[in-house]
Amino acid sequence: MNWAGIFGDAVRGMFGSEAAIYALAAIGLNIQFGYTGLLNFGQVAFMLVGAYGVAISVSTFGLSLWVGVLVGILCAVVLALILGIPTLRLRGDYLAIATIAAGEILRYFYRSSYAEPLTGGVYGLRQFANCFYAVNPYPPGRHGFGWATFDARSLWVMTVTWGLVALAALALTLLMRSPWGRVLRAVREDELAARSVGKNVYFYKMQSLVLGGALGALAGAMLAIYIQSVSPDSFMPVVTFYLYAIVILGGAARIMGPILGSIVFWFLLTFLDSLLRQATSSGLITFIGGGDVGAVRFAFVGLLLIALMVWRPAGLIGNREEMRFDVK
Amino acid sequence: MRALRAALVATLALLFLVPAGAALAQSPDAAQGLRGVLKGPGGAGVAGVSISVTEVDGGSEIGTATSDGEGAWQVPLDDPGIYDVVLDSATLPADVQLRNVGGERLGGVEVRAGQQRTVIFPFIPAGQDQQAAATPPPVSGGTASPAPGGATPDAGTAGDAPAALPANLAGKSKWEQALQLLVESLKFGAIIAMTAVGLSLVFGTTRLINFAHGELVTIGAIAAFFLSSSPGNWPLILATVVAIGIGALAAGSMEVGLWKPLRKRGTGLIQMFIVSIGLSLLLRHIILILFGSRRRPYNEYTVQTPLTFGPVSIAPRDLIVVVLSAIVLVGVALLLLKTRIGKAARAVADNRDLAESSGIDVDRVVLVIWVIGGGLAALGGVFYGLTAQAVHWDMGFTLLLLMFAGVILGGLGSAFGAMLGSFVVALVAQMSTLWFPIDLQFAWALLALILVLLVRPQGILGRAERAG
Repeated sequence: MNWAGIFGDAVRGMFGSEAAIYALAAIGLNIQFGYTGLLNFGQVAFMLVGAYGVAISVSTFGLSLWVGVLVGILCAVVLALILGIPTLRLRGDYLAIATIAAGEILRYFYRSSYAEPLTGGVYGLRQFANCFYAVNPYPPGRHGFGWATFDARSLWVMTVTWGLVALAALALTLLMRSPWGRVLRAVREDELAARSVGKNVYFYKMQSLVLGGALGALAGAMLAIYIQSVSPDSFMPVVTFYLYAIVILGGAARIMGPILGSIVFWFLLTFLDSLLRQATSSGLITFIGGGDVGAVRFAFVGLLLIALMVWRPAGLIGNREEMRFDVK
Repeated sequence: MRALRAALVATLALLFLVPAGAALAQSPDAAQGLRGVLKGPGGAGVAGVSISVTEVDGGSEIGTATSDGEGAWQVPLDDPGIYDVVLDSATLPADVQLRNVGGERLGGVEVRAGQQRTVIFPFIPAGQDQQAAATPPPVSGGTASPAPGGATPDAGTAGDAPAALPANLAGKSKWEQALQLLVESLKFGAIIAMTAVGLSLVFGTTRLINFAHGELVTIGAIAAFFLSSSPGNWPLILATVVAIGIGALAAGSMEVGLWKPLRKRGTGLIQMFIVSIGLSLLLRHIILILFGSRRRPYNEYTVQTPLTFGPVSIAPRDLIVVVLSAIVLVGVALLLLKTRIGKAARAVADNRDLAESSGIDVDRVVLVIWVIGGGLAALGGVFYGLTAQAVHWDMGFTLLLLMFAGVILGGLGSAFGAMLGSFVVALVAQMSTLWFPIDLQFAWALLALILVLLVRPQGILGRAERAG
């Protein structure tokens, strides 16, 4: 067993672009779930419109990539409004089901034969972000040290995505220290109390949904740019569950929560993947085949969610007092 | 609590210690790579074709391979990353060509650390028309694809319910089609209703939105599948009866082992909801490992000549499913209305504290509801597998959102509402295919859910209470 290789993979996983992209989407979810107490289970829908905003703008309409990212974010804002108007008045558990249903509706529409001229149907779209890689400042070759090295392409995406994560975290720090941030928390703790001091609760919830959704769309756009392809079936509800695992693992209602959560989450995930792949391919484990490694990874996320909620709902750096809110 | 902790620790140990312990033995380093098997139109391997792997977007070449006698090829890679895979079409035999124009180049294939990723080049006989490049051949992700959502083998979740439907509809007028679809929605609605009753009653009594309810459906269907196939080869009817027992047992042990201890600890509803999502993920992927990702039909009752009644036709199997479902649903209704336990269940759903203070053993009632709901879900799973003629690992999850739609449409917590709502959901899903493509039918049903929430959040039969 090559332990250095496994740890190298895991370290690559924890700093890789996927960890940054998931951190970005999780920051959005943290605004909604952590700070406002909104059970948005359709965050993947915002990632979907962000990703397709880029892909369709560039592939189908020949716009530039930067316009595409803006289109994606704009679509997310529209989606948040459409989704929020009927559902934000609902109780928490209804909201969860309505948002998860909305995510699935979007995925069904994007993969349908109806939308195929625009979205490429089940096959999706590919190769639309070449101009992003054309401006890569890193010279070709491998960079890094020890067993954690990255090629120039990955390093470029990592720089941009982690840069966006840092920007988002900075902006959120300022926002949450402002009176606006305090109102969000008040809405989470006691909606009636917030209302009774004259705050328009519905309006604040909507702003939270829009802001979090826009960050989700940005994450989706970066995901599309990173893998240079979009297909509807990579936006299954399970992506949202990943994001919840990340937010709760790190600690909800903390600026660094989702970032730390994503780093630890991807370390664990790649470590497990790499370990199982080595173990199965070398015949050390026979009760699962190499093809089951993906399934074990999902089962692990499920187990992680259960264990966290049962024993450590505040996650790594969260405050237990802030996770006491409930369906009211 | 101790039992729960022990169970979780044991599962964790299974997940980590077994591989870690096994890992102590020395093994060769398994690096990542790209591989595939080139299969000609007849299924025979295509030999002697050269394939090269380059850095993405026209970078330097990493490695080449030539397919062997079976058509297999493999390119080991030193590093994970994103690569282009290019097939040299000049080396193809004369009688084979690529299915797609430009299909010799697959761009942007992501290889994860340690992953052996499979890449597919589809072929057609030479001389046939190639497809346009607009639909590039899908790249099979093996176990991991770019986004984690894609890692689940998902070949068309939409439109797997009534697979035989278009054939039934061919050459009929709109009205006859509508009648046929009405029959289909009765069939589908009965299945949703049967599975949704448990979900609704559990919510009614404990306020828990159980996301893992879909897995009870899958457990039932798959238990019946394994019992009725070799080596047991039980008749499906016997296997179904046992599967109902297994579903009831699974649901009961969930309540005793997980939900009751959590309630006693005073865990919040949101927290329990998230636990149920975790449980659903866990169970679903354990089932995937046990059952595999293929869709498999039951051995019996597969090929049947449909019975024709005027403009509508229905397979005898499906007719029996509808009749049995009706009997079971009426039975559940009588149970709720006439028996002591049924009355107690409705009392608990109505007002838990009042029920408790009038001497009803709430925990026992809740357990009974879980057991009944689990059994019904398992039976619904077998019926779903029968009518769709396919059992697969995430059939319950496909059904889950439709169950939620039915439950909310009818009114959360009310068993009769769940039945009614389920039929409405099935009706919307089936009738939408009169005007819209079949791959959108579930989308319309879910859209109906959101519209109902907008207009009447408490549902058709629900009490008007604050839902927001």
